[in-house]
Amino acid sequence: MRPLPFVLAALLSGAALVAGVVHAARPADFLPQWQRAAKQADAGFSGFSAARGEQFFNATHGGEWSCASCHTRNPAAAGKHAKTGKIIAPLAPAANAERFTDAANVEKWFKRNCSDVLNRACTAQEKGDVLTYLLGVRP
Amino acid sequence: MKFFASRFGTSRCALVAGLASFVVAGVALADGHVYTATNPAWKAECGSCHVAYPPALLPAASWRALMMQLDQHFGTDASIDAKTAREITAFLEANAGRARKETSATPVLRITETRWFQKEHDEISARTRRSPAVKSAADCEACHTQAAQGDFSERTRRAPR
Ligand code: HEC
Ligand code: HEC
Ligand code: HEC
Repeated sequence: MRPLPFVLAALLSGAALVAGVVHAARPADFLPQWQRAAKQADAGFSGFSAARGEQFFNATHGGEWSCASCHTRNPAAAGKHAKTGKIIAPLAPAANAERFTDAANVEKWFKRNCSDVLNRACTAQEKGDVLTYLLGVRP
Repeated sequence: MKFFASRFGTSRCALVAGLASFVVAGVALADGHVYTATNPAWKAECGSCHVAYPPALLPAASWRALMMQLDQHFGTDASIDAKTAREITAFLEANAGRARKETSATPVLRITETRWFQKEHDEISARTRRSPAVKSAADCEACHTQAAQGDFSERTRRAPR
């Protein structure tokens, strides 16, 4: 336990919230933390792959839905919620500047959507692969 | 398609009908079926997958029950952090439809399963219901074009083809 850094971090994030800083990150800023976590989970980890991310995104994983079911196979285009029909703004950062700028929002949606698609949480490797893929998608 | 009619055929029918009558008071109070109560967290969180359904359309007990099981929300994971959930629950409760009587039965979770809703919508033609533009009865926006603004008045209604 290291209470001091924790308290500092809590204070800082509290201050950020109070100041209304929502767009705290740039999309690529998410990669290093997932890289560290992926390495920790698997010593043989050899980096993220856009190709693997794309495959993951378009595949079903034992359930009814893939990521593409709602975000379409072209994440630079608007998607549509598979159940409710609600229009979803594009997921690729190049097409939608708001994507991957708010850490809490990113983790919230990964939790929800991975649980819907895979019936479990996504691994750091999977998140990194998906973001690497999305970063390369051009409108 | 099955949506409006099939809801009547279920074994939950009697329960739903019984509870639905408690919802009516809140609905009748809303002036011209325009619901103005709003809250930023509710609008952002509960309006991301579907239109944010007006709190007045279900009684407080229903909202409380719904908010307790967001990780299993009508076949999807809609979980949110505890702090935001508390804020939204308080907002929903404060603006909920009034229940006429307290009841110990399980509260109805769908607006579309309330007796009030089914009565209000039973004259919609079969053709409209089958329209591919209407995802399900819960897709209020398909017919109530200003549902996202809380406006369900006659003026803003249309029959999708
Ligand atoms: C059932 C529909 C559905 C499925 C399936 C789905 N998503 Fe989503 N996703 C959404 C909705 C709705 C949002 C939020 C809408 C918005 O912010 O405009 C969202 C948002 C996100 C975000 C938030 C990005 C940001 O910064 O705003 C990420 C990341 C994401 N989805 C990834 C995925 C991945 C990865 C998968 C597959 C494992 C997936 N989604 C499957 C509906 C879905
Ligand atoms: C992750 C996506 C998602 C989020 C976030 C979400 N919902 Fe839903 N909700 C759904 C889906 C999917 C359905 C089922 C729609 C259908 O059957 O057509 C639904 C249905 C409902 C219904 C029943 C509609 C009816 O009458 O049939 C209510 C009420 C509801 N949601 C309330 C809420 C509230 C309140 C919140 C915010 C705390 C919320 N939802 C957030 C996905 C979501
Ligand atoms: C298929 C089209 C359709 C869908 C979907 C639909 N409605 Fe309606 N709704 C109507 C029509 C048509 C009426 C008028 C019925 C009448 O007067 O007989 C109506 C009436 C209403 C009224 C009463 C308004 C008034 O002025 O009397 C409310 C409130 C309402 N709907 C709410 C909802 C909600 C909430 C949803 C989604 C959960 C929904 N509706 C989904 C078509 C629809």
